[in-house]
Amino acid sequence: MVLVKRLVLDVLKPHEPNALEFSQALAKAGGDYRVCITVLEVDKKTETLKVVVEGYAIDFDAVESGISDLGGSLHSIDEVEVQSEPQAG
Amino acid sequence: MNLLEQPRFLLRITRTNDIIRRYFVVNGFDGALTMLGLIIGFLVSGATDLSVIINVCLGAAIALGVSGVSSAYVSEVAERKRALGKLEDAMITDLRDSAHGEAARGVPLLIALVNGFAPLAISLLILTPLIAANTGFALPVSPLYVAVAIALLLIFMLGVFLGSIAGVSWLRSGIQTLLVAILTAALIYLFAGY
Repeated sequence: MVLVKRLVLDVLKPHEPNALEFSQALAKAGGDYRVCITVLEVDKKTETLKVVVEGYAIDFDAVESGISDLGGSLHSIDEVEVQSEPQAG
Repeated sequence: MNLLEQPRFLLRITRTNDIIRRYFVVNGFDGALTMLGLIIGFLVSGATDLSVIINVCLGAAIALGVSGVSSAYVSEVAERKRALGKLEDAMITDLRDSAHGEAARGVPLLIALVNGFAPLAISLLILTPLIAANTGFALPVSPLYVAVAIALLLIFMLGVFLGSIAGVSWLRSGIQTLLVAILTAALIYLFAGY
């Protein structure tokens, strides 16, 4: 089984909710997620973010759904860190 | 999110906190001044059956409430749709299923309810002594004068609320709104006292 440990995403979002609320909502997508957001660019109505998500086993679909629920749009997956786990038995 | 957190979140992401506050004060003020005007009108007209006064005032209060809900809903639906459309253009994506889409549907309803509730609730508070007297509760002074006093107090409180928002003297702000009410009463006595 391959576990996703770290994701670096390029995300476009409206100004609201702000980066703090956005990161908190994404962290809630998993039980042990650590989320770090860097605002790269601020436009009139939008912000471009670098979103780093770390966790034991990241559910990408849940993260993507969290982003779109808050009005954000995932532009690209810039970095990924995965780890295989030995199968039991 | 709990029952109160969700509306707060929707108001925050649409930046409509100040709009809902403004609607509350403006329409609350409308309700208080309308009741004050009606009651002073009855006072200068001489003795009238209390149940007639209550029904007239209640009719006006309900009309203010319904007018507040319907007018705010229609205008806010248009405003939120426009804002969502602009945001969708900037994001180049459909936001109907996002929190912004939910806000575009829910916020007009919230604002409409506040806009209708404010004048209705304030009017009912002002009518309390009239309703109490009509149900047999004995008041030391005429219920009409008590209603006028409650109206003036509520108008003063709305001024205090505005003062606290603006960060200026609450007393000065309260007196300003009270002066408007006194001016209204003076105009009614001047033009309706025949």
